[in-house]
Amino acid sequence: MENNLLSIVTFMPAFAALILAVFLRGEDEAAQRNAKWLALFATSVTFFVSMFVYFEFDPANTGFQMVDEGEWLLGLNYRLGVDGISILFLMLTTFMMPLVIAASWDVKTRVKEYMMAFLVLETLMIGVFVSLDLILFYLFFEASLIPMFLIIGIWGGANRIYASFKFFLYTFFGSVLMLIAMVAMFADAGTTCIGGCTISLLTHEFGSETFSLMGFQIVGGMQTLMFLAFFASFAVKMPMWPVHTWLPDAHVQAPTAGSVVLAAILLKMGGYGFLRFSLPMFPVGSEVIGPLILWMSAIAIVYTSLVALVQDDMKKLIAYSSVAHMGFVTMGIFSANQQGLDGAIFQMISHGFISGALFLAVGVIYDRMHTREIDAYGGLVNRMPIYAMIFLLFTMANVGLPGTSGFVGEFLTLVAVFQVNTWVALVATTGVIFSAAYALWLYRRVVMGDLIKESLKAIKDMNAREKWIFAPLVVMTLLLGVYPALILDVIGPSVAALVENYDTAVAAADAALQTAASSN
Amino acid sequence: MTQDIMQILPEILLAGFAILALMAGAYGGQDKIAQPILWATSAVLIVLAAMVALSAGETTQAFGGMFINDGFARFAKVVILVSAACVLIMSEGYMKTRGLLRFEYPILIALSVVGMMMMVSAGDLMALYMGLELQSLALYVIASLRRDSIKSTEAGLKYFVLGALSSGLLLYGASLVYGYAGTTLFSGIITTAQGGETSLGLLFGLVFVISGMAFKVSAVPFHMWTPDVYEGAPTPITAFFATAPKVAAMGLFARVLHDAFGNAVSDWQQIIALLSVLSMFLGAVAAIGQTNIKRLMAFSSIAHMGYALMGLAAGTAFGVQAMLIYMAIYVTMNIGVFAFILLMEKEGQPVVEIGALNMYVKTHPARAYALGALMFSLAGVPPFLGFFGKLYVLRAAYEGGLAWLAIAGVIASVIGAYYYLRIVFFMMFGSEDTTALDQNRGGILGGFVFASAIIMLVGIINMFGIEGIAAAAAATLVQ
Repeated sequence: MENNLLSIVTFMPAFAALILAVFLRGEDEAAQRNAKWLALFATSVTFFVSMFVYFEFDPANTGFQMVDEGEWLLGLNYRLGVDGISILFLMLTTFMMPLVIAASWDVKTRVKEYMMAFLVLETLMIGVFVSLDLILFYLFFEASLIPMFLIIGIWGGANRIYASFKFFLYTFFGSVLMLIAMVAMFADAGTTCIGGCTISLLTHEFGSETFSLMGFQIVGGMQTLMFLAFFASFAVKMPMWPVHTWLPDAHVQAPTAGSVVLAAILLKMGGYGFLRFSLPMFPVGSEVIGPLILWMSAIAIVYTSLVALVQDDMKKLIAYSSVAHMGFVTMGIFSANQQGLDGAIFQMISHGFISGALFLAVGVIYDRMHTREIDAYGGLVNRMPIYAMIFLLFTMANVGLPGTSGFVGEFLTLVAVFQVNTWVALVATTGVIFSAAYALWLYRRVVMGDLIKESLKAIKDMNAREKWIFAPLVVMTLLLGVYPALILDVIGPSVAALVENYDTAVAAADAALQTAASSN
Repeated sequence: MTQDIMQILPEILLAGFAILALMAGAYGGQDKIAQPILWATSAVLIVLAAMVALSAGETTQAFGGMFINDGFARFAKVVILVSAACVLIMSEGYMKTRGLLRFEYPILIALSVVGMMMMVSAGDLMALYMGLELQSLALYVIASLRRDSIKSTEAGLKYFVLGALSSGLLLYGASLVYGYAGTTLFSGIITTAQGGETSLGLLFGLVFVISGMAFKVSAVPFHMWTPDVYEGAPTPITAFFATAPKVAAMGLFARVLHDAFGNAVSDWQQIIALLSVLSMFLGAVAAIGQTNIKRLMAFSSIAHMGYALMGLAAGTAFGVQAMLIYMAIYVTMNIGVFAFILLMEKEGQPVVEIGALNMYVKTHPARAYALGALMFSLAGVPPFLGFFGKLYVLRAAYEGGLAWLAIAGVIASVIGAYYYLRIVFFMMFGSEDTTALDQNRGGILGGFVFASAIIMLVGIINMFGIEGIAAAAAATLVQ
């Protein structure tokens, strides 16, 4: 069935950016206000249109829905579509963007360009989640670096140039290796269609026979090599320990809205990539490398939690906590069972709300005091009771308190990994304790105690705009905490199908290995 | 005979026009009529481009196989003619304000274009050399057009000495090939190599011919002249060097390798792959330290030639198609970037320091973003067209069994991304205080910058149909 809905959702923000570029002139007060309102309007409309996608979506159908396709260059196709795995990421993106725009209301410099950068970024992020063509996916995935590079570089903090270059080159390097693997997949399968075509990559079996390359035995053959190439890209994007070092720099230097987008959506591209490509397309490769990734995730959870403990910059602390939470995601994904994948997706969505809210919360006091030093604060509860309340909620959600959405994801992934590797589960669970330590300590130092610092005596509580920004996030965090079925019902069937295909493929490869061994 | 003449009509018309213009210039007022001659030359180039583009048809030969008129040659000729015309139009303002608008300038460009058209149509080693020398001699003179500048004359001299050396290499190789093949016709050489084994003498000849041609495309290790000539020559002439002659030399490269040595792919594949990987890495690494944007573009063009050679190294029809598309995209990007460089002025004087771009976005936001788009495109970052050029050559290399070359290529592209980003950084991230450059109206140059940037973005929809044309062109070359 022909359906343009996804194309409309994808390109509407970019269209708004084009309108801004062509019709809006000048840098005066009125022009700035127009730019902000137009951006807010465009992102809100995009969200409402994406609600149609959500309501039209049928969770029981595990295939791709609302496919929109056309011819493109080089035998590639322009193909968009959603399934149970991608739809929630699409919704997360369209949900967060109006909040991000609203949070940027106080930007004073080059407002029009700022809004354009975010609008273009939204198009690219949506494109990543809905594209069903390998190269189209790469195009969106990589292109999202450009607006983010500009956002960090132009509107960032004091050390923004170093951070923006590090961000760009780090992620670019990871991605080009993926590009080579994509070219190889194209050559091997003869198509770049991800799923739903007569020949598609999701059903194509990539070679998994062991062969030797330069004296090394490559167990899992082509699949392992391709898996590693994709891993290079997604691990940097996630980011996984030990290639996470670009993230704290980027977060600290980015403007508040940039940090929110980075934490809430851009990081999820890596996890989405694992779910869309690595696991279903290279099951044997995942089986070979998976155990290593489980351990890397466990190390990430503990190590980055400890690093977070000693930070004196609030944004850096939350950035490290993001890395730790992404560790749960990779752990869940490479447990490769129903709970693991459910938990990983849940964790990603919930982390989108929670970390987004935490960066916004830092932004609120940064706007007032212009410092992110933890030591510069203390006793805020005396002057900002509402802020203290909201910050407490999200701190607890970050820790994973039952009743908030943070708990469900962590619990599911821990259950999943317990079935696969008990030791990893043990190590990761200690990480939960560390996360409670750094989050609660941060909260105590910033909010509690007496208000003794002279500069804080006049600080004002949140204004109406800020409250309205937090309201949807509070609702979502609590709602998902008490009623997780809202997510799990949507993703369930697609995840079950993914797990089943994965198990079949791994079993088949094992059987082939057995016959090969017995015939020798 | 008339049929032969008809085949070579565009070249004859252009040469005839050049001679007429020369007469008009010499007897009719010298530099006073330089401007009309420049416009007339541009018009003639565009008309000829249309003529070549519309004359699509069968592959035909003229003069006993010396001259080949096929889809490949036509594709390359159209790119050469159009880019030469663009550069001429771009250069008018710059040359005029600096008193460089001599009547010889458009004529020399026209003559070198005749040589380039001969190169891509050559079906014989002698025709090849004739075209190559006609092109090169005209270029040597143009490089030192600014007679009273030490740098410009130095550029011309360097280009001449090294160019003569490379011509010598090529001639020596050609003589060896003739000695072992017994013919100078490509169609004859290819049958000699057909026996399976390529004789050692022929192989030696092949290596020398490749060295000579590698000099013309400025592939490493025959690249040394490029930065100095790019820096020394007046900017419009640098723009010309970076576009049309590169396409011609690449076309010649593909012509010789496939038409004459198409049966010895495995013999030349490694050489081309090595040239490619060296060019990509040297271009990427050496450009990092440059502060002069013309030198930077010189190294950038070396790196881009490396990518184009990657397509050629695949040794397949798809590889040639990838190379043609890559060159077409490369030329479009470079025209935009050089149009921008021509706009860089301070108190009326040309500026080439990258640092002068500091906060350029303050004075000319639209132009700064257009150049930013071109820089990302040069770096090969999607969604711009430059990425698709890279995708084509990577795919060609991978399918040609050169996966290692493709991996090396993408790693070099990450290194190269750094210096393209640095220009974006200067334009947009700088501190708020200085804007070193004059505010000027873009005029026709601004138009070129915007057109080029818009093509980079809009072209990804269907590449304006050149994909199919390039595929057909490559099919006529590689049987």
